[in-house]
Amino acid sequence: MTDSARDLGPLVPRNRDAHPPAYYPDYKTTVPRSPQWALLSMESTPSEETGPRFGHNKIQPLDNNLILNWTKGESPAVGERILVHGRVLDEFGRPVPHTLVEIWQANAGGRYRHVKDTYFAPLDPNFGGCGRTLTDENGYYEFLTIRPGAYPWPNRANDWRPMHIHFSIFGHSFGQRLISQMYFEGDPLINLCPIAATIKSRSQLDSLVAPLDMAKSRPMDFLAYKFDIVLRGRRQTMFENKLEGM
Amino acid sequence: MVQPLNDRLMESPSQTAGPYVHIGCMPTHAGNAGAYAEEIGTSPIEDGCAGEIITIKGEVFDGTGWALRDAMMESWQPDAAGKFPGQDGADPKVSGFCRFAADGTTGEFTLRTVKPGPVPMRGGGMQAPHISVWVVARGINTGLQTRIYFEDEDNSNDPLLKRIEQRPRVDTLIAKKEADGVYRFNIVLQGKDETVFLDL
Ligand SMILES: [Fe+3]
Repeated sequence: MTDSARDLGPLVPRNRDAHPPAYYPDYKTTVPRSPQWALLSMESTPSEETGPRFGHNKIQPLDNNLILNWTKGESPAVGERILVHGRVLDEFGRPVPHTLVEIWQANAGGRYRHVKDTYFAPLDPNFGGCGRTLTDENGYYEFLTIRPGAYPWPNRANDWRPMHIHFSIFGHSFGQRLISQMYFEGDPLINLCPIAATIKSRSQLDSLVAPLDMAKSRPMDFLAYKFDIVLRGRRQTMFENKLEGM
Repeated sequence: MVQPLNDRLMESPSQTAGPYVHIGCMPTHAGNAGAYAEEIGTSPIEDGCAGEIITIKGEVFDGTGWALRDAMMESWQPDAAGKFPGQDGADPKVSGFCRFAADGTTGEFTLRTVKPGPVPMRGGGMQAPHISVWVVARGINTGLQTRIYFEDEDNSNDPLLKRIEQRPRVDTLIAKKEADGVYRFNIVLQGKDETVFLDL
């Protein structure tokens, strides 16, 4: 049977303690944008258990190389060259294969290539700032990029974002959809950042901080950082596949 | 003491998509056309798909009644017969997935798609036709899930709508028909008429 034909069971309900609360006044924009009613909870249905699948046909070979993809391989971006790699797993530690991972980030000076970013750090003509890839059959992915700069943002009088890479991950179910951020080991701005602080549990925040991974770095070329991502699992049991009443 | 659940991992915590989510997900919208040879989710349907083609327009309002200019949304739905891509007999011209954004100037979003069919529940029963929607933006710490139902469908036995205790709130999940094939569906993040957001 194919995956889509077999009932893998409902999604494990989201542990809301894993995530930031909607309202966190130190991050001021949450104040008018946070729902105040409780979420409506129900067991997942096919609408959340199914999800879009993306094939290799749309992905180009340079899509996961942010050093070269903006110039189509012509000219490398400025910055500290790094490999960001890791696995996408579910809550039971099972790899999530063939799923789309997208990233976006500021350039080495902390400036985004976006119509709305007006920070005076210069744009790098050779850096677009987005990449995407599919995990392999073991849930593994990698990106070659440059280390993004920290940047100031209008919140409290002098708030700076730590160096970070934004991650968007699909999984196989629409209910697994997740957007998060990867931080870098040793960055002192993490502890000052109200967005990082929206995560109440220190161990949960630590799970977004990628360690330097010398074993994966390439001499005279790039450093490496390891970043694993965990998505919701599905509650498949031996009973789940039986017909009602059997 | 008991055995630890050593094989169990915590889901990675969400972080806000921030104001520049479009760079990664909708490069053309960010002003970066050509970043990818082909962007994903530009349309949930192809020409010639079966069923009624509809357009849903709306805005995403904050607690002050101001329409967000930076919200990004994703939708996921079955075809006109209620089949999701990959299921036996699903319409090959329906990918079911779309990305769309609030307009940077007006705040209005547009979703052009096929009207979905009803979807069976596990263990029996049917869900009224609906489109799943996920909303992210600056100031939203964890992406918000909701659903679009339709006022010209029979929603009386939908298991999710039936769970909403405060009946006036059911209305927040129902798109209003403005003309043939045109619906309006606003999303209210906070305050009076706050949309019902989902945890499932
Ligand atoms: Fe950022």
